Amino acid sequence: MLELQNLEAWRDDRCLYQALSLSLQPGQVGHIMGPNGVGKTTLLKQIAGLNAFMSGRVRWRDAQVSDDPQRYQQELLFLGHLAGLKSALTVAENLQALAVCRGMVLSANQLEAALERVGLTGYDDVLVAQLSAGQKRRVALARLFTESPLLWLLDEPFTAIDQAGVAELEGWLADHAERGGMVLLTTHHRLSLRCPITPIELIPA
Amino acid sequence: MIWRIAVQVFQRDLRLASRQSGEWLNPLIFFLMVITLVPLAISPEPARLREMAGGIIWIAALLAVLLAMDGLFRSDFEDGTLEQLLLTPAPLPLLVLAKVLAHWLQTGVALTLLAPLAGVLLNLPSSVLVTLVLSLLLGTLTLSLISAIGAALTVGLRRGGVLVPLITLPMHIPVLIFATGSIQAALSGLPVVGYLALLGAFLLLALCLAPFAAAAALRLAVSGS
Repeated sequence: MLELQNLEAWRDDRCLYQALSLSLQPGQVGHIMGPNGVGKTTLLKQIAGLNAFMSGRVRWRDAQVSDDPQRYQQELLFLGHLAGLKSALTVAENLQALAVCRGMVLSANQLEAALERVGLTGYDDVLVAQLSAGQKRRVALARLFTESPLLWLLDEPFTAIDQAGVAELEGWLADHAERGGMVLLTTHHRLSLRCPITPIELIPA
Repeated sequence: MIWRIAVQVFQRDLRLASRQSGEWLNPLIFFLMVITLVPLAISPEPARLREMAGGIIWIAALLAVLLAMDGLFRSDFEDGTLEQLLLTPAPLPLLVLAKVLAHWLQTGVALTLLAPLAGVLLNLPSSVLVTLVLSLLLGTLTLSLISAIGAALTVGLRRGGVLVPLITLPMHIPVLIFATGSIQAALSGLPVVGYLALLGAFLLLALCLAPFAAAAALRLAVSGS
């Protein structure tokens, strides 16, 4: 489904990775590993299509992504270091606004169900500015359920999440994979999923 | 769907502005302060004030717009909203345009509403006020669009504040010249349609080109971060 061919990324004149090729099939969880500064975030951004300084090809559903980027972007969700939430808006307003950007409108029930899954029931009218770092991360993760994308690109999703939350998130990753979804994530946390994990090791050039 | 996304970006910015009133009030207060200080510092003589009023109001408006534009994309860049906007199916130039329009309502249109008051303060005859308002409506949107390019280019820099005016000032100067020219012409009873038509032409040019330039700069900024 997702195929990467000969990806290459440079930061200034330092090569991060070269000739990187891999493919990801429905039901696979790819775990990108490697020491700090090796280019894990850059790789995820490149796959999401956020990096203009790139060479190599990304293919999705047997077609070049650059031919129809809209379709590809509708099926992926990229959660980076930055949550993408506006602190002066409430949780519900943020999730609604982000869903509209994907061409969806959330019903009150969908919103409530998603917030319940991430453990933030009753927080829909709270300003994001008043949430803790972990709660903000959970609001961002609620988008996995409100927008139900097929390909999850998660950059350090476990940051600031409590221990119970880590186990929950691992459960969601496995659920998603079992339903035919795809996940690519970076984390330094040792994953224990009930489904197989595809390790992707980046080594310093 | 593309329009819905643009409309929602527009509405979100207006809603944010309504909750953080300090950000858009500052340039307006700056504008009014300059206008009230001029008679004190230069001369309270009505005939001299009327002569300079157009220029003073326009310089104050230009600086107020430049002051406000620096933050256009910065908060979106810092909280990750910009990354998410790049991943929407809507074309980025359209979203840039939606953001600039929402921002213009808070700066340009608000300045235009204050301008008749400033004109009266500086002893402009009421027959000139219409020209003043029209020149500001056409001109401030052009200024906002041009400054958006500068704001997008400097969004990734920690201290880009002074760079935006520096980069975009040469492109603001024609707007300033023809806008103040229209007010001088109105003061001497000459026709102003030609000046306003030129301002309109600048606006059309900026509407066609600036969103694309700003969008390209934003893509670069996100790639580099």
